[in-house]
Amino acid sequence: MTLDEHAKRYPEVWRRFQPRQTLIRYAWYVGIVFVAVWSVQQLEVPWFYFLDAHVQAADLFVRMFPPDWAFFEEVLDPLIETMHIATLGTAIAFFMAFPIAFLSARNTTFNTATWLLGRFILVTSRSVNTIVWGLLFIAIFGPGPVAGICAIAARSIGFLGKLIAEAIEEADEGAIEAIEATGASRLQVLWLGVLPQVLPVIWGTTVYRWDINIRESTVLGFVGGGGIGIMLYSSINQFAWREVGIMLIAIFAVVIVGEFISAAIRQRIT
Amino acid sequence: MLTITDLTKQYPTGLKALHGISLTVDEPQVVAIIGPSGAGKSTLIRCVNRLVEPTSGSVLLDGTDITKLGRGPLRRARRRMGMIFQEYNLVDRLTVMENLLSGRLGYVGFWRAFRRNYPAADVQAAYALLDRVGLHGYENTRADALSGGQRQRVGIGRALMQQPDLLLVDEPTASLDPKTSRQIMRIIVELAHERGTPALLNIHDVPLARSHADRIIGLTAGAIVFDGKPDDLNEAVLTEIYGEEDWSKTVGRDDDDDGGGNAAPGRSGRPGDLDSAAVAG
Amino acid sequence: MSAPSTESYPATWKPPGLIANPLMQRGVVALTVLYILWSIGSLEIDWSRIAQGFDRAGNLFGRMFPPSFERWELLLKGFRESLQMALAASFFGMVLAIPVGLCAARNLAPRPVYLVARGIIVITRTFHEVIIAIIFVKIFGFGPLAGVLTLIVASVSFISKMLAEDIENMTPGAMEAVRATGASFPKFLIYAITPQIMPRYLGLSIYRLDANIRHSTVVGIVGAGGIGQVLQASFNRYDYDFSLAILISIVALVFIGEFFSAWIRGRLR
Repeated sequence: MTLDEHAKRYPEVWRRFQPRQTLIRYAWYVGIVFVAVWSVQQLEVPWFYFLDAHVQAADLFVRMFPPDWAFFEEVLDPLIETMHIATLGTAIAFFMAFPIAFLSARNTTFNTATWLLGRFILVTSRSVNTIVWGLLFIAIFGPGPVAGICAIAARSIGFLGKLIAEAIEEADEGAIEAIEATGASRLQVLWLGVLPQVLPVIWGTTVYRWDINIRESTVLGFVGGGGIGIMLYSSINQFAWREVGIMLIAIFAVVIVGEFISAAIRQRIT
Repeated sequence: MLTITDLTKQYPTGLKALHGISLTVDEPQVVAIIGPSGAGKSTLIRCVNRLVEPTSGSVLLDGTDITKLGRGPLRRARRRMGMIFQEYNLVDRLTVMENLLSGRLGYVGFWRAFRRNYPAADVQAAYALLDRVGLHGYENTRADALSGGQRQRVGIGRALMQQPDLLLVDEPTASLDPKTSRQIMRIIVELAHERGTPALLNIHDVPLARSHADRIIGLTAGAIVFDGKPDDLNEAVLTEIYGEEDWSKTVGRDDDDDGGGNAAPGRSGRPGDLDSAAVAG
Repeated sequence: MSAPSTESYPATWKPPGLIANPLMQRGVVALTVLYILWSIGSLEIDWSRIAQGFDRAGNLFGRMFPPSFERWELLLKGFRESLQMALAASFFGMVLAIPVGLCAARNLAPRPVYLVARGIIVITRTFHEVIIAIIFVKIFGFGPLAGVLTLIVASVSFISKMLAEDIENMTPGAMEAVRATGASFPKFLIYAITPQIMPRYLGLSIYRLDANIRHSTVVGIVGAGGIGQVLQASFNRYDYDFSLAILISIVALVFIGEFFSAWIRGRLR
């Protein structure tokens, strides 16, 4: 048998996908593009805005420079207030997320009713954005940092609670069983069997959320929640771009520093 | 001391793990329970302290029927039964001392446990046990920094901290290498004899059971098929317990016991420079 | 039962603290307390206004119930706009994230390209969506266009960062093997990179669609279209019953979106 004859015994074409699979794949592609095109079309985008968009953008950035460094002193106080809002909001959320997480974890909750209650609180807290929480608390407490702190806390409870509850559910059952076998009470089992296992997750997520909250608290002022956002909003509306430039730089610096601190702390927690 | 009568367990899945087990332990002896995987060994032991709820039957410990107890009395009964686990089941992020002292949880209130403020006698007993199991100087080491053998020593210590009237031991050596297995087994048996505490001990390793236990119970498909002295364990019995296999090598003298009383390899290293393989756990 | 004598052993034991030095530990506690006092003191808090809060909250909730779905047409229009913004932004974000992600992978892109791509990612990640939205509103005027662009920027930033990290963490073995066959760069991309990152890329994109649905509800607050704009207007006009209707709908939509995204991601595996 020559090499040619040998080769003829095998198919000449190899395809990774069956024709049916290929068809389905292409149907997906077409579908996705169709949805995207439909969405854009429905939005009635005024395309002519794009014609001079680059000019507008360039103009905006030119007008931001040089930044108005003298303005920096005025930015400092609101910036510190922003940090306070983030930190205090996270601290409140930390204490409130704790019991709710234990309620929402299947293995530490009391019964189905308490579990559902815990889950309900977490889902509500998470699906409403910080700024929307802000709108709500401003309607209650009036504009100012207190509404901002409450908004940050309200949103963070869901975030922290969900992650802590997941950690509790993944805790080593053996250790919990062993503590139960010593005749420990329920509270003792939670405190000595479960808590030590989830403590690193609790610290880690709290610090991580603090880092996110710094970012969130920079915009709470847009709706009246205190911090640098108030000033930024009014400067933007007055087209004071040199002030805006300074504030953007300041926000950038604070957020980056926060991220570094948070990453460093999380790395040290074992 | 311990009388189990007609104990059955059916899991919600329909699996019937125990078919009317009856057995009595009336002297301080180490009772090894052997049998194939799935025979119900773990279920049996867990039914005694009700980590698994038995379906019917009774478990009498010094006259109290454990199966009838409510939550509070069950807790008080559990503190009289020390349990040692296959996977050690230490709370990894607590120190060795905290793990040992958790054996006293049934005796102290929540606030004392919360503040880690245990009675002086408990602390002294913990230090003594630390020495006894060969972990002198390890009290402030975190459990997740220990090797498997060292963890099991802590597990033994925790169970004995309860000053139990009964030891329940679930596959203590299944996750350990042969040498460590022997050391651990010897510590358990010695301590049980020293303190006059009977022990119910699940084990897979037949030669180890033969060489260390005072009495052997063979469990197959949720029923007892053998109950007697280790020396009576012959090929016919093993075939009945485990099924057809060449048992001649297993029944022969188990003579690779490394001897030498209180071997404590833990003492050679300082806390901190433990073998890295163990840290992964 | 006889326990051996234990009297020669120490009778007390204290767990080693998180911070070894007790002085340091007290210092940390003191600093924390001082910080909280300082921060609360420095905030300009109008306590009398806060005191009214509970009455106001009662009043607010009183006016919120029952939620009013009377203007459901407005509600529906807002939601449709939000959804369309999210879909369009996810699509363009997905597409644009590929080149940015490839450029931001240290093991693929030349150094200067890498730095530029990383710079873009860092800057866009640092600023909250709402800040980006308001800048787009200033450039493009009010309306959904600014919202879509904001969400595109946020999507590109997120997907490309994750993608770049994935590529950097890829096992170099397969990449070397494909390079060793003499494949050109595009072929190398298709054969060595794509198969390894494709599942993750799809997963990220769908997660981002879910995130975009959530974020599309807020960019409207600064005038970038969608349901957020309707919500903001209802708060400004004290139509709290309508606000509650919108909030309930947002929670429902987010819930559905999350469920859907989890389902698809489960199937991709």
